[in-house]
Order: sequence, then structure tokens, then C-alpha cells
Amino acid sequence: MSARRPDLPLRLRRGALVLAAVGFMALFLLLPLAVVFVEALRAGVTAYLASIRQPETLAAIRLTLLVAAIAVPLNLVFGVAAAWLMARFEFRGKALLGAFIDLPFSVSPVVAGLVYVLLFGAQGWFGPWLDAHGVRLVFAVPGLVLATVFVTLPFVARELIPLMQAQGSEEEQAARVLGASGWQMFARVTLPNIRWALLYGVLLCNARAMGEFGAVSVVSGHIRGLTTTMPLEVEMRYNEYDFAGAFAVASLLALLALLTLAVKSLLEWRYGGEIAGRARGGH
Amino acid sequence: MKKYPVLFALAAALAATAAAAKDVTLLNVSYDPTRELYRDVNKAFAAQWKAQHGDDVTIEMSHGGSGKQARSVTDGLPADVVTLALAWDIDAIADRGYLPKDWQQRLPQHASPYTSTIVFLVRKGNPKGIRDWPDLIRPGVQVITPNPKTSGGARWNFLAAWGYALKRPGGDEAKARAYVHELFRHVPVLDTGARGATNTFVQRGVGDVLLAWENEALLAQQELGKDSFEIVAPSLSILAEPPVAVVDRNADKHGTRAVAEAYLKFLYSPEGQAIVAKRFYRPRSAEAVQRSAAQFPKVATFTIDEVFGGWRQAQAKFFADGAIFDQIGPGS
Amino acid sequence: MRRRILPGFGLGLGYTLAYLGLVVLLPLAALAWKASGLGAAELWRLLAAPRTLAALKLSFGGALLAASVNALAGLLVAWVLVRYRFPGRRLFDALIDLPFALPTAVAGIALTTLYAPNGWLGGWLGTFGIKVAYTPLGVLLAMVFVGFPFVVRTLQPVLESLERDVEEAAESLGARRRQVFVRVILPLLLPTLLTGFALALARAVGEYGSVIFIAGNLPSYSEIAPLLIVQKLEQFDYAGAAALGTAMLLASFALLLAVTLLQRWSHRWAEPAR
Repeated sequence: MSARRPDLPLRLRRGALVLAAVGFMALFLLLPLAVVFVEALRAGVTAYLASIRQPETLAAIRLTLLVAAIAVPLNLVFGVAAAWLMARFEFRGKALLGAFIDLPFSVSPVVAGLVYVLLFGAQGWFGPWLDAHGVRLVFAVPGLVLATVFVTLPFVARELIPLMQAQGSEEEQAARVLGASGWQMFARVTLPNIRWALLYGVLLCNARAMGEFGAVSVVSGHIRGLTTTMPLEVEMRYNEYDFAGAFAVASLLALLALLTLAVKSLLEWRYGGEIAGRARGGH
Repeated sequence: MKKYPVLFALAAALAATAAAAKDVTLLNVSYDPTRELYRDVNKAFAAQWKAQHGDDVTIEMSHGGSGKQARSVTDGLPADVVTLALAWDIDAIADRGYLPKDWQQRLPQHASPYTSTIVFLVRKGNPKGIRDWPDLIRPGVQVITPNPKTSGGARWNFLAAWGYALKRPGGDEAKARAYVHELFRHVPVLDTGARGATNTFVQRGVGDVLLAWENEALLAQQELGKDSFEIVAPSLSILAEPPVAVVDRNADKHGTRAVAEAYLKFLYSPEGQAIVAKRFYRPRSAEAVQRSAAQFPKVATFTIDEVFGGWRQAQAKFFADGAIFDQIGPGS
Repeated sequence: MRRRILPGFGLGLGYTLAYLGLVVLLPLAALAWKASGLGAAELWRLLAAPRTLAALKLSFGGALLAASVNALAGLLVAWVLVRYRFPGRRLFDALIDLPFALPTAVAGIALTTLYAPNGWLGGWLGTFGIKVAYTPLGVLLAMVFVGFPFVVRTLQPVLESLERDVEEAAESLGARRRQVFVRVILPLLLPTLLTGFALALARAVGEYGSVIFIAGNLPSYSEIAPLLIVQKLEQFDYAGAAALGTAMLLASFALLLAVTLLQRWSHRWAEPAR
């Protein structure tokens, strides 16, 4: 019997592998997601809707959207510029620059928030100057935007660099030789080639921007209705023993995450070939 | 003025409208367990101010751990008033020049319009038979308290335990140290804030007894079910005096000093004291004390000034880096 | 040659450097500057304190372990998602990114709800004497959660592009499937696997939001290094907080560097297999 083991029916072994993978994903991904929705709806749909419609929640949603709407385009432009530089040119210190682009991934969110307090807080480098000119950056929307920009900085660039490296620059060089201006080449050749990876990077960047907690918590000041984003609102509700409310706001964020993932899957499904060209991760 | 005529005109126009109906905004930076209290206070004060002055007052709130909130103010959070868990946190703000160091003399009763104490919250029926401090260190008893390094309430917990062991018959420093050391051997989870600790005890079902602010224990009982928890009052506890103060530098800059001072004085008024009692804080005025006596358990208390010589000394002796809590706390 | 044909080098370089400088380097310089406010002796006292060491050990040890778990589980999941067709595959594929998108505080609360002694899974595990929430195991769990997508998402495209004919050739030469996997596929995947491992590691080391809810935060037992930073801050000890932050940053940088070197070596190792 034992001699037959290598010939164990292939399907059975595959089944075991699939089962193990699905089990892991169910345990680690599906279950936490289920918790959020079950707890959110525990008090019933009416209570769920009521807690979402509170003015503080609406203010938090508006603020979260505003912060993402500023931070994501900033990192989008940066990501394109950095990817163009990294994928199309050879220059000294390129490896170092690459490391710096990835740096925010390895900075603890707590530190990411702290550094802006050290810079712009009342006791920080620029604090007294800003104060004298009546400008407040931390404990206000600009601080939230800065912290979010820091944390989500690598996403777009990281998505684009491997793809653009893999694609090579032949088409762009041809466009130049045929007389296209720099911007024409970018708009007609580069952008169409990278648009799906770009969108994908923006989606992830956006999801992370809306969900960031640690860094934002340090620079927020937690002024209810003014500087509390949705993740902070979740924590606040939780600390008010309003668990259904906390999970209701959390479920909005989870829905947002799911929506992002759905859009992304749709893109992959329709334009699978183009996106599959991307090879994620630097190697 | 000559340089910016347009700006000046604009400012003048703004000032003119402001004189007609002044909309004032105050920022009250507070600690975690005061959310419900100030929700009521703000509403009542705004109504009173409107009736007396015709102006609309909006009071914005920021809640968080007391120490973190104090630090935020020194980092530039534009608080007009601070209402924190312990005097040390406001001392720290005063040390950085935001208000005079004698701020505690500016309002009655050490600038604490309400007090509380530290009590035990246990599960229904008190299955472990917790009656007093010595019961907490019996084998098999698990105690939930937040981390004194990050939570103001936890510092009161720590000092209450220390003070009990010090003041009981035959107690001394060494015995107090041994008792608190043993007490933290019984702590399985150290949350960062008072609310987190309550959630761990109530929602997660961890631990046999929660060391809590009396107001938090009463609120938790009310919000989370009278049938599931009981309050046990120890024989001796600490009188917790959460202080309030106007942050002079910010209030003067915003031109809100008058409102800010009235706001804090309102806390001492009969109406303010009634709200204080309704939200389970112990009021100061004799009349309010009498009226609310029934809702509070009887606890003998000592003050921090009597036993520890004030917050500055207590902070340095127990909670600074490398001080007693670091020496005998969990994991030491 | 290239540089002359393609435009935008100056603009790209200028913009990238300016942006990075303002958003990343200037703030981190402030951090290092603040940390330098501590004298060398004080710095040593802080970093060599048993409690600091325990926290660093938990953060880095836990992150290494979590990244290893993620490397194994991620390899399995990526393999299954790319190679096999089964009902719900698309759903699971879409869900992989969930830990990226779900706010860390929400993840922490949800995981605690699951694994607390009275939670959905915690009670059941408790009957076997396994405690997850409020132990280092809980820390590990949260770290696995936040780092999970990195490995899967880096492996997937490579697995897709892996030429099946290499495997088939090996098989036709009489190699067993397990041999094919260990000798042929794994060496090809290793560099990418290491990239995913490094990213998951970097993410887990600094993680705060999800961990504090489930950790229990007992000093020298389940207290992570970022929490120590927060505690320093609560006591207005900016220099201490900045020093710990800088130390963590340098340590993760060193780890990432080590992984990069390992990766180069594995590239060379993979070459003969091609």
C-alpha cells in the first residue's frame, strides 16, 4: 500500500491543497469580515442606518473622502514621475532612490505621525514660525493629509515600476523619433500602456488612505466632527460602548474595501491580458 | 493697516457682524470617560449663555487618554479649556507656559468641580467573593486595570491600591510596595486606556474584577446591563479629583477667555452640579451631594495631597521612567 | 543614447527628489535629530533596558515568524489560485487585498472579537487550553493578517508566467512531482517569495493599530515596540520616542537589506535551473 502513495489520485491531492488554501483564507479573511457585518447588524437594520446617519459620522465620511481626494492625486503624480525616472533612466544612486521610495512601508505608522508633530507641532522645527503666521498644520486637515500621503506614498510607484521596466521603452523612443513632443509621447503612448496598472495602484492607494489609523491618530487631535476620520470614528464609538455603531462605521469602510476589490477584479477580468503583464514586486 | 486696506475692511466688516451676534466656538480637550458628562454640560451651558448674552456658543470636544491629550495641547492643539483626569497633566501644560503654574488656585476646590473614586466592578453574584483590596491578590483572581503609563485612571487605581496598603493597620512603604507588586501579578491584560480596560472586562469577559473610576463603573452598569455586573466599594480608596482649567494662551489668542471662564464656572453652578451627579461624578456642592447621596456607595477616601504630597511628587516617585511602577509593575 | 531620446529626466528627477525630500526625508531627519538629543549613555540605557529589548524582540521576532507563516501560506494560496479552478476562486482572489484596505483598528477589533475567550473561536480554542487573544500568539495573528497580501500578490504574476514546459520536461525525464517542485519551481520562485517576505516583514514590524487591541500589552510579555514609543510620548519624552523610532527604522532597514542580499544570492542559485 505504502508503495502506491506517489500515485495517490491527483484529484485528491489537489483537493487537499485547495481545501487547505481555502481554509486559511476563510479563517483569516472571510471570518474577520463576517464579524464586522454581523456585529454591525446585531441591533437591526434601522439602528444601523440611524447610527450611520448621525452628523458626526457624516462629517467623518466627508473628511475621509476629502483627505483621500487630496492625498491620492498627489501620490498619483509622484508615482508616475518616480516610475518614469526609475524605469526609463540609468543614473547613479538609483538603488538608493528605490529604497527611499519603499521607506514609508517600513516606518511604523506611529512614527509616521510623530515626525510631522516634530516638524510642525508647537514645539517642532517650524511650529513657532507657523504659529506666528496663524497657520496650523497638525491637529487640522493639512496634518491628516500629510500623514496619509506619507503612509500611502509607495503604492502607485510600486505598481508602475515593474510594469514599465517589463514593457521597455521602444514604443516611446519610436514616438520621439517620429517627432512627438514629450507630453504627446506621454499622453499617447506611455499613459495608455500603463493605465490599468495605474488605476490599480490608485485603487489600493485610495483604500489604504481611507483606512489609515495609526499615523492619522497621532496628528488628528480627535476633535469630533472636525478632525476625526472614519477609522478614528470607529475607535471613538468603540470607546463609547456603542459597539453596533462602531461596527456600522467599520462596515462602511469594509464595504468601501470590498467595492475597491470588486472594481479591481472587474478590471482584471475584462483586461486580464494587459494587467497580467504587470509583475508585482521588485525583482 | 495701510498695506492691506482690503483685508482691513474685511476684518472690520467681520467685526461689525460679530458685535451683532457673536458666534463663539470653544474647544474643550478632555479625557475618555467624560464624553457623556460634557455632552450634557455643553448643551445646558450653550442654552444658558444664549439666554444671558444672546450669543451662540459651540463647544467642540476632543477625547482621548489624559496624557496624550495634554501632550497634544503642548504640540499645538488649540484647546481653550482642558478638563483632564489628573492635575499632573495640566501641570505639564503649565510647565510649557500655556497657563500660570498656580492654575489650581484659580477655581474653587483645587479646580476640581467634581470628584470620583476608585471602586471594583465584579461579575454578577460576585463569584469570587471580592470585598476589599486584600481579596484582589488571592490565588486565581484576575484583575483588569489599564496601564498607568498611558492612562490617567490607571494612575488613580495604582495610588488607591498603594494608599490602602500604606494606611491600613501595620502598613508601611515596604508593605505597600509588596502589595502592589503582587497586585500586578494578577493583571492578565494591560489596556492603554480606561475605556479599553472596561471593554476587555465587559465585552471580552476577561478577568474577575475591574479597577475603575466610580463614574465609569456606574455608567458601565447602566449601559451594559445591571444584571451582569455589581459594584463593590473597598473599605478605603482615593479621592480622585479631575481638574479643569482655561488655557490662557489659547483663549486669549482666540478672544474666548470670558466664555471659557464662564463655561468652567458653570460646572460649579447648581445646574452644572446636577448634571455632574446625573453622569455619576460626585458633585462638590453640599446641596447636590445630599440629593445624589443614594446613588453612590459609601467609601472612605484619602486625597493625593494627604498621602503622596500632590501629583508632581507622585508622578516622579511612581510613574516616571525607571520609577516604582517600572520596578514592580507587570513584567518587572 | 536613451537619455537623449526620452525626455523628462530632469523633470522626473527634480520632482521625485523634491517630493521625497519634503514628505519622507525631511520628517525622518527631524526624527533622527530629535533622537540625537539623547546622549550616548542615555541612548544605551534606553535601548539596552530589558523591557525595551523584550518589546523589540516581540516586534521583530513576531514579524519574522509572521512573515514566515505568510511565505508558506501565501505560496500555498497563490499556487492554488493560479493553478486550480474551484468554485469561489474569484471571490477569494478578490478578498486577498482585504488586509490592505481594512483599517487596522477595525481589523484589531474584529480579530479580538473572534479570538477573545468569549469570542467565536476563542471559546472553542480555550477548551483545548489554547489562548490567542492577550498573548504573543494574538500579536502574531494580527501580524499575519496585515502582511498576508504581500506574499500572494508578489507571487501570483510570477506563477502565472512560469512556463509549464519546464515542469513537463522535468516530469517527462522521470522526476517526481515533489522533486519537480523542490528542484525546479521553488528555485524560480524564491527571489519573488523573498520580496513578498520582506514586504510582509516590514509591514508587521511597525504595525500598531491592529495589534494593540489583541495583544494584552503586558510589559516584557506581549508589549510591542511601537507601544513603547507611544508610552514615551505620553510622558513628553520626545527624545526617547524618537530614539526608539529611529532604532526600529534602522533595524528594519538592515533586515530589508539582508533580504535583498539573500535575494541576489537566490537569483544566482535559480539561474542553473532555467
